[in-house]
Amino acid sequence: MSKRLIQRYRDGDRMNHWFIALMFFLAALSGLAFFHPSLFFFTHLFGGGQWTRILHPFLGLLMVLGFLLFFIKIWRENLITDADRQWMKHAGRMLQGDKAGMPPVGKYNAGQKFVFWAMALSLLVLVVTGFMFWRPWFAPFFSIPLMRIAVLLHAVSAVVLVLSVIVHVYAAIWVKGTVRAMTRGTVTENWARLNHPLWHDEVMHRKGR
Amino acid sequence: MASLQSLDVVARSATTTPTPQVRTSAPALAKLIDESKCIGCKACQVACMNWNDLRDEVGTNIGVYDNPADLTPTSWTVMKFFEVEPTEGSLEWLIRKDGCMHCEDPGCLKACPSPGAIVKYSNGIVDFISENCIGCGYCVKGCPFDVPRISQKDNKAYKCTLCSDRVGVGLEPACVKTCPTGAISFGTKDDMVAYGEKRSGELKERGFQNAGLYNPQGVGGTHVMYVMKHADRPELVDLPKDPTISPFVSLWKGVAKPLAVAAVLGAAVAGFFHYMKVGPVEEKDPADEDREVVK
Repeated sequence: MSKRLIQRYRDGDRMNHWFIALMFFLAALSGLAFFHPSLFFFTHLFGGGQWTRILHPFLGLLMVLGFLLFFIKIWRENLITDADRQWMKHAGRMLQGDKAGMPPVGKYNAGQKFVFWAMALSLLVLVVTGFMFWRPWFAPFFSIPLMRIAVLLHAVSAVVLVLSVIVHVYAAIWVKGTVRAMTRGTVTENWARLNHPLWHDEVMHRKGR
Repeated sequence: MASLQSLDVVARSATTTPTPQVRTSAPALAKLIDESKCIGCKACQVACMNWNDLRDEVGTNIGVYDNPADLTPTSWTVMKFFEVEPTEGSLEWLIRKDGCMHCEDPGCLKACPSPGAIVKYSNGIVDFISENCIGCGYCVKGCPFDVPRISQKDNKAYKCTLCSDRVGVGLEPACVKTCPTGAISFGTKDDMVAYGEKRSGELKERGFQNAGLYNPQGVGGTHVMYVMKHADRPELVDLPKDPTISPFVSLWKGVAKPLAVAAVLGAAVAGFFHYMKVGPVEEKDPADEDREVVK
């Protein structure tokens, strides 16, 4: 049993992650309030309907800006490879609790990569369509037929984002020892060996250990 | 003041429970605008701003009689003038009083996310309850007729109320009362349809073969209808031929809502039960490998 820890995220990345998470939480609650009448009560958290409508675009934009920093840093590490396709073929067994047969993965497994791209794409659609009906400043530049498509795409991509976040959070809870990568920046060497063996070997090799 | 007719609300925006509708015996009402009788005097515009205490900004003339050029948050009805040639070489000057059509199936109400910001009364009037309006502009996307206008001053949507405050106490709308040629009539929807068809017949006799009533069924009919000299071509007076709520809006505010909520809740519940069934991914305790499971 190794007693070593490995740094997985720097402090700046962790703070950015939690900033994005907070903004997501607020943007999602304020947006869901307008999506379904049963969720309109979320507007009480933001000071009423008008205030929720005013704040939502700013919260969403801040989330996108935070994610953009993340994206620039880690998009290369999330490119899908042949190994990832192999991993996806075995993903069903992993979900049944059998981790033994999984091909070894690097810093991110295919599931994490798909979540990353789902978030990136949905945020891109959200920010573009969001600007198109952001009242009172930007909506006047777009025609009504165009805005109708924008609101539908905005809602659909918001649902994709919320589902991605549910998968993301669940995976962090499911795989023990993961959350500390974002709360402390480090993971145990055993965690790395178990869940990201290629990344573990790479780090150890780089450090000459 | 939330509304004057709170006991006969048959539809209420962003509301999934029944509305207060104990008083639903009121007959459906309608306003009928007879294009062929309109002389374009704009008395209806003046009556509208008088009754509703609205004073639009004085704008600039754009070279035609339309003034203001379009509906605004403080101009709920506007005369629109059209110089058209329905057939080659036959110039006609068509005038249409533009404003809310008060759809039986209102797209604005369907799109509105704020509970009670838009209501439909049992008499058919679609009304904006401005204190509940949050200024999102969804009604603009829902409307098939491009009617709601959002004020720069207070970020609230405005449109013709069909004088719901007058109608609620047994008066006709201000524009109807003031029209000097009787081009605007008001009564039960049945009476107005019958009268509109009679007028269309008279116009046909006088040579307007395609005269007819504009009461588009794509939105369930409207509580503001037109008698048109060229009912086969409503686009001559800038009206859609077969208006419906946009399929994008119907999808967004229809099936997408329950599906998405079900998907989000489903994902959370599925995660919970998955964890409870499969357990966490963690390092196995080597001692466990050798232990027998007693069943």
